[in-house]
Amino acid sequence: MRQDDLVSATGLARADVETVLDRAAEIAADPGSWRERHAGALLALCFFEPSTRTRMSFDAAMKRLGGDTVDMGPVESSSVKKGESLADTVQVIEGYADALVLRHPKEGAARMAAGYVDVPLINAGDGAGQHPSQTLLDLYTMREATGLDGVTVGMLGDLKYGRTVHSLAEALTEFDAEMHFVSPESLRLPESVRYDVESAGGAVREHESLGAVLPDLDVLYVTRIQRERFPDESEYRAVAGEFRIDEATLADARDDLTVMHPLPRVDEIDAAVDDTDHARYFRQAHNGVPVRMALLDLLL
Amino acid sequence: MTGDEPQLRVSKIRSGTVIDHVAAGQALNVLAILGIDGSGGESVSVGMNVPSGRIDRKDVVKVEGRELSPAEVDALSLIAPEATINIIRDYEVVHKTRVQRPTAVTGVLECPNHSCITNAGEPVDSEFDVLEEGVRCRYCETILREEIAAQIGT
Repeated sequence: MRQDDLVSATGLARADVETVLDRAAEIAADPGSWRERHAGALLALCFFEPSTRTRMSFDAAMKRLGGDTVDMGPVESSSVKKGESLADTVQVIEGYADALVLRHPKEGAARMAAGYVDVPLINAGDGAGQHPSQTLLDLYTMREATGLDGVTVGMLGDLKYGRTVHSLAEALTEFDAEMHFVSPESLRLPESVRYDVESAGGAVREHESLGAVLPDLDVLYVTRIQRERFPDESEYRAVAGEFRIDEATLADARDDLTVMHPLPRVDEIDAAVDDTDHARYFRQAHNGVPVRMALLDLLL
Repeated sequence: MTGDEPQLRVSKIRSGTVIDHVAAGQALNVLAILGIDGSGGESVSVGMNVPSGRIDRKDVVKVEGRELSPAEVDALSLIAPEATINIIRDYEVVHKTRVQRPTAVTGVLECPNHSCITNAGEPVDSEFDVLEEGVRCRYCETILREEIAAQIGT
C-alpha cells in the first residue's frame, strides 16, 4: 500500500484495494502459514465507542498473525474519563504498541490522531464519517460473490449517518460499479460523499423506494435505520417497515442477488432471508479476520 | 487610489490597508476576519454598497496602522475573491495586489459540524481545503458552500 495509515476510503486507489484483497485471499487459503508472521508485534485497540465485530476481528487477526493486542478498555475506566485529550491519549499509547486501531465518536478523529503518532493508525469508525477497514472486507466479500467490475450495487437504509456506506461508495468509484442509493429523503447521502463520487466520475442515483431498482441489482447492501434519527416513534416505524427486507421483498430480485449487511442488524433483514442463497452477511463478517490480517500485514 | 467618485465617500488613510472591491455586503465579514470589533481601538472606515465600475456595487474597508498578514489575505479571499489589497504608507499606495484563492486555509473557519474533532476541545486548528465552489473540512470532510462567512472564527 502507498499509505502508512488507513483513515478514509477517499484516496484508496484500486491498486491498494487489490493488494489488500489479494493478500487476504492468500491468507484465507492457508491461514496456518501466517501464524508466526508478526510474532512479538503488539496492536493497540482504542475503542471510544462500543464495538463487537470490529474490535474482536482486529483482536483475532493480530493473534492469528502471531502478535498480540493491548486494549484501552472501556472509556469509563480510562484516563479519558479524567478529561485527557485524544491527542495525548494516542501519543501515550503509541509507546506501547506497533500500530493503533481507533474508533471514536467524533468525525475526523482518526485523521487528527494519525497526525500525532508515527506508528500506523487504522480508523475503525469515526462518528458518521468513515469505516475503511469495513469497506475492505465488504469489497472482499463482493469480489468473492460477484466481482467488483460490471456490477450494479444498491445501498439501502441510513445513508446519511452510515459510515460503512460512505466508505464503500467512495471506494467503489475505483471500480466499474453502478451505484444506486435507496433511503428516506431525510437520510440521503451527505454532500461530501456525493461530491467524492461525482468528482471521481461516478453517478449518484437516488431512490426513495427499493422496488424500481431491485430487479437490476447484483448486490444489495442493507444498513440499519436507527430510531434516534427520527423525531417520533410512529415516523420511525413507518420508515423502518418500508425498508425492511424479507422473502416477499426479494421475490422481485434476481436469483443471484447477494444481500450484504455490516451488522449488527435489528430487524431490517428478516431472519428467514438467512436461509436463502441471497444471504452473505455472516460470511461477510467472518471475512473481517483475513482482510484485517492482510491489512495489518501490509501496514506493520 | 484612483480618485474616482466612490473613493470620496471614505476618507483617505495615512498608513495601513485599504481593502477595495469587496463584494457588496461583505464588509462586516471582512472586519470579522481581521478580528476588528471596535474594542481594539483601531481607526477603521467602511464603505458599503458604493457604486463601482468593476463589480457594480462594492464595499471598501480602510484600516489605519495595520498591514494584513498572508493568512488574513487567504481568509479574505474566501468571501471577497475580487478584492484588491492596497498597502498605504504616507498616503501613497506602495503595494497593490489582487487576492488569490489559496488551496487551503488553517485556523480561520470553524467547522459547522458539531461532531467534528476540531470542535471537541482537541489541540488542533481547523483546516479547510478550498474547492472550486466552497471549502471542505480536512478532518470531517464537511463541505461548506454559501455559508462560509458565518463560520469565520472570532
